[in-house]
Amino acid sequence: MGERKIRVLLAKPGLDGHDRGAKVVAHAMREAGMEVIYTGLHQTVPSIVNQAIQEDVDVIGLSIMSGAHIPICRKLMGIVKEQDIGNKLVVVGGVIPNKDVSTLKDIGVSGIFPGGVYFDEIVKFIRENAVR
Amino acid sequence: MGVATYIKDEKDAIKEVILQSGIKIKPVYTPDDLERIGFDYEKDLADPGEFPFTRAIHPMGFRSRNWTTRQYTGFGTPEETNERFKLMISHGQTGLNVAFDLPTQMGYDSDDPMAEGEVGRVGMAVDSLRDFEMAFKDIQLNRIGTGLTINAVASVMLAMYQAVAEKFGYKKEEISATPQNDILKEIVGRGAWIYPVEPAVRLIGDTIEYSMKELPRCNPVSVAGYHIRESGCSPTQEISYALMIAFAYIDNVVARGFKAGEFVGRFSFNLNIYGNLWETVAKFRAARKLWAKLLRERYDVQNKKALFLRGIFGGGGSGMTKQQPENNIMRGAYYALAAALSGAQTTALCSFDEAYTIPTERAALLSLRTFQILMDEIGLRDTVDPLAGSYFIETLTKEMEDKILEEMKKVEKAGGMVEAVSSGYVQREVAKQAYEFEKNIQEGKVTKVGVNKYTEGVDMEVELHEHNEEWERLQIDRLKELKRDRDNKAVKESLKSLEKTAREKKNVMPSLIECCKCYATVGEMANVFRDVFGEYVEPSIF
Repeated sequence: MGERKIRVLLAKPGLDGHDRGAKVVAHAMREAGMEVIYTGLHQTVPSIVNQAIQEDVDVIGLSIMSGAHIPICRKLMGIVKEQDIGNKLVVVGGVIPNKDVSTLKDIGVSGIFPGGVYFDEIVKFIRENAVR
Repeated sequence: MGVATYIKDEKDAIKEVILQSGIKIKPVYTPDDLERIGFDYEKDLADPGEFPFTRAIHPMGFRSRNWTTRQYTGFGTPEETNERFKLMISHGQTGLNVAFDLPTQMGYDSDDPMAEGEVGRVGMAVDSLRDFEMAFKDIQLNRIGTGLTINAVASVMLAMYQAVAEKFGYKKEEISATPQNDILKEIVGRGAWIYPVEPAVRLIGDTIEYSMKELPRCNPVSVAGYHIRESGCSPTQEISYALMIAFAYIDNVVARGFKAGEFVGRFSFNLNIYGNLWETVAKFRAARKLWAKLLRERYDVQNKKALFLRGIFGGGGSGMTKQQPENNIMRGAYYALAAALSGAQTTALCSFDEAYTIPTERAALLSLRTFQILMDEIGLRDTVDPLAGSYFIETLTKEMEDKILEEMKKVEKAGGMVEAVSSGYVQREVAKQAYEFEKNIQEGKVTKVGVNKYTEGVDMEVELHEHNEEWERLQIDRLKELKRDRDNKAVKESLKSLEKTAREKKNVMPSLIECCKCYATVGEMANVFRDVFGEYVEPSIF
């Protein structure tokens, strides 16, 4: 084991169209040797979960800049638990105020990466925590 | 401002400065540099107000008219936004710039499942004319100019603006609106697109044609290099893409049998400020010159006023940092200084808290005060184009001009802007630059204070704008009420007639105004277009 590359679904949920961060991180993960599937914009939460199942990814990464990270993550974690989709690591990045970090952790999001976090930190976290 | 690359020796002396546009800055500039670039005052600069307008579009610059300050404003319900509008006006703001929430920008009503969690979050929720009636209550629409920051459904919002003005008793000829209305840049950089490229560009053509005939004081399109720059492109790419986008819209209207000179004078631009100060100033001077020159060359536009590059030059959000957020107050001030030194007609700043969320009242006022201090206190209105004649600035302006032309040629080679966006060429260029830039910051090649130098570990907390979940419920209740109270038969007929004009490729603006006046919703009108045009499918590029 350990030969298979980590597979990541990088998703842009909701209506927010700011994708600079998502694309830059997707590129960095690819450089780090992961397989990255980028959903493109305007995805619904159920569709993201479906894509994660179909693509058999190890990690679901959400990029949210609109401020709607709490309702979106709550919805996603709800479906993830309900559908019992296996051990997928859920991480979120974007415009996330410090005060929301504990709420996101309580909801069940494993990694939270606000703007300014370095690629290395994200990659390291995923390598250490993704279950393959 | 640290987004150039600096190569230093072991004693911290700067050996080389490379701007993001790829131009190297010399340690000293002399008259020899002007000679090298073949500098000619009349040809390259001319007096302010004279072709090619490098120095300014008006002979007296800020002396004759202070710039318009237009902070991007809107959140929650139309009443909340109306209050903030009035507050900003009472503090001396001279224009409005409406922020719409994402459901509105994407053509969804507040009760649409896609809108869940987003109603009133990043801007004001608008479902129908009733919301505009509340948002613009007690605002003199014949006196104030209003930017409508919306693109995919800009035609709908321009129609609604005319409808609300007429409802309040103003004549359509006296209102001044600037819908952003630049869908190509949405596809490249900001992501609020709905329809495929071709019909989306046609809708823009419709608004330009309609404004030319019916709305003499409106600026139907604000070509926004701003957002492409926010997405990561270089300053020279920003201008080259903006100009190429403008040409795409001009071509659409010219193909309808009009001359560019008849309508292009109402075009405006929305351009970005962050990064190196000198590169920014030279960028705007080069942009003014190129726009005027190329309009003459390509479209034989002779009317002097139609050659003006007018626009809002605004402080860019991507220059702001989450770390040490109060530093953003200073960054904003320097960006505003760059806008003033560049002769911006209109300006706006991202507020210091915008790396977190939309601004608080206090943060928005601080941005406004930043402009007022520059203009009223420290002397930026004193003389026109104060940097003119500097060996350095004139050389850099010329070098930027050459680089912009180079980038434009690449787009031409890719088939022009519509083709270059459809194929994903521009998106690929931008994504590449964005990654390189981020990597340079993380590797410390480019300095960002508080991020990769002079860091403090823990960031201070700032007071943040609070989103109220109640707004969503309130807006949905109201929408239900509206759908119950309005003349639904009239709505149905107006939507039918809209569909017909859309299918027959006639100008949709008169039908849209009828729909708005019947209180058809934004979602209903947008869905008519969805049915007729289909939706854009995005290529996966990163």
